[in-house]
Amino acid sequence: MVLKKEKSMSTNFKQILAKLTPSIKKDGIMKSLKNTGITLLSILLFLGLWHMGSKALYNKEADYKIEKALTERGEEAAAAERACIESGDSSCQPNTLPSPSQVWASLKSLVADHHVISADKAAFAEKMAATNEKMIAAGKDPIVYTGRASFIDIVLTSIKTVFAGFLLALLIAVPIGIVIGLSPSLRSAFNWFIQIFKPVSPVVWYLLVFMIVKTLYIGDSSDNAFVISFISVGFCAMWATLVNTAMGVASVDKDYINVAKVLKLGTFQKVFKVILPSSLPLIFTGLRITLSVAWMVLIAIELLAQSQGLGLFVWEEFQNGANDSNAKIIVAMFVIGIIGFLLDRLMLAVQNMVSFNKNEMA
Amino acid sequence: MAYLELNNIYKTYGEGENSTEVLSNINLTMDEGEFVAIVGFTGSGKTTLVNLINGLLQPTSGEVLFKGVPVTDTSHERGVIFQNYSLLPWLTVGQNIYMAVKEAFPKESKKVLMERVREYVAMVSLSPAINKRPKELSGGMRQRVAVARALAMNPEMIIMDEPLGALDALTRGNLQDEILNIWSQDKRTALLITNDVDEGIYMADRIIPLKPGPNATLGPEFKIDIERPRDKTAMNDNPVYKKTRNAIIEYLMDIGDERKTVSEVEYKLPELTPKSFVA
Repeated sequence: MVLKKEKSMSTNFKQILAKLTPSIKKDGIMKSLKNTGITLLSILLFLGLWHMGSKALYNKEADYKIEKALTERGEEAAAAERACIESGDSSCQPNTLPSPSQVWASLKSLVADHHVISADKAAFAEKMAATNEKMIAAGKDPIVYTGRASFIDIVLTSIKTVFAGFLLALLIAVPIGIVIGLSPSLRSAFNWFIQIFKPVSPVVWYLLVFMIVKTLYIGDSSDNAFVISFISVGFCAMWATLVNTAMGVASVDKDYINVAKVLKLGTFQKVFKVILPSSLPLIFTGLRITLSVAWMVLIAIELLAQSQGLGLFVWEEFQNGANDSNAKIIVAMFVIGIIGFLLDRLMLAVQNMVSFNKNEMA
Repeated sequence: MAYLELNNIYKTYGEGENSTEVLSNINLTMDEGEFVAIVGFTGSGKTTLVNLINGLLQPTSGEVLFKGVPVTDTSHERGVIFQNYSLLPWLTVGQNIYMAVKEAFPKESKKVLMERVREYVAMVSLSPAINKRPKELSGGMRQRVAVARALAMNPEMIIMDEPLGALDALTRGNLQDEILNIWSQDKRTALLITNDVDEGIYMADRIIPLKPGPNATLGPEFKIDIERPRDKTAMNDNPVYKKTRNAIIEYLMDIGDERKTVSEVEYKLPELTPKSFVA
């Protein structure tokens, strides 16, 4: 009875929908337009809510400031404070969640800053070109630009770190995963190791890597923040790939193994022609998780390692407490989110390209 | 000396109290060039029997002799066509067969091997699909690829484990003819495992029923004295065919009934009353 009722309700709903949107029906372009429209609408809604929220927080902070001036320094001070806030002077702005427009302005200023710094860099390179040539000829290190990094440089450093870490994770986890997957005794030998190290936090990984790299780099004055951060990212993120590879290799369809036996493939052939191809989908699922974990832990690790990436940028802006620091932090947040999303899409595309059962996964 | 000999084969899975004896006291001899069909119910241990013969499994006791030598491992001399095609999904039709051919003739050049692949793909009339992946093929086409893969290795004996079980009647008939064609060309020895009595009678020289497991064992054999090549439609009126078919089916029905009476164990159900959650 209940089922029937629901069904009739849903058909009614469909009929109403069909009446409301007669032209959209079964039209691919219209459908995608509709989807884009819904997405845009939800973005606008989000921006609206954000704007209202930040406005409310701004007012609360402003009221508190005025109230504080009133109780501590009297009425005159309160009036001055109010006038100062209303004038928009940067010295007395309430420090709270920035509004969308402030964030947008920050983004523009960061990009403009990048142009300034790039120009600066180019000028520096031009100026030093002759000197550097001489220095290289004399067998010395050339003089490099050591001014502050622009936001774009910072983002690029972060991406570089993540890819270096990802590559490290891939080079460690996939071969070990294959070996563990192939041998049950090695699997039990490694199991405690994986179970203990898998849940270790990024911060602790950083400290561990720091201890080792610091000693290895003794006597070397070069900056090892990048090395420490990418190794920590790699160690943090490789577990998903390790476990998935081992599982994929260990759980190859018995039919394929039987085929390999009946064809009398050698061990090498069996691993590379049967076992690996059949576990590729699982390996790539693992790699996809690894990449997203790498991007997530990167921020914390860069912060600790003082590597010139987004993590350090966010932390420095927070410590800085300048008028537009909060807006810059939000800009960084969106950049982190969008890059993370793009990286995931990238891995998904690669995963679909290599897996043989893409029809099943779609 | 018989070509293939199975002597007092017992096969047990598991150990101790949890062990189940799947096959017991299996004896079978096959001569060279013979086509033997083993007919049995599903779950009667047919696949286990096949795997013992092709060398994927070892018997718990007893021995499998192939040309007088005990079978301890798989061999290129015995080609296997699996029940579920077992094609590698990431390789194309051609690549699947090439992989097998390359293992069977490791000394041949790539050109010769590719020629052989094309020849066998053409034999199962799949030339247009040579670059397709198994996913893009129908069940019948996939099984034809599996047939081509097994035959391209040029085995002396073909072992077929319900090769046509998952196919529709029409495709099934066509493939039966194709397999018979290939078999009669150079008279390979063939062992067919099937659950279809008609298929067995149409294709084999002898039919041996497998009594259902656990403790499955082979029943008395039925000789099929029908001249080859056999004609499917004409066969329906053949008195020999009718007689053999009836005899086999009667036998299978009898052991089926026997199994029912044997398995009539009374299960005591625990007395349970639904718990009331309404206080």
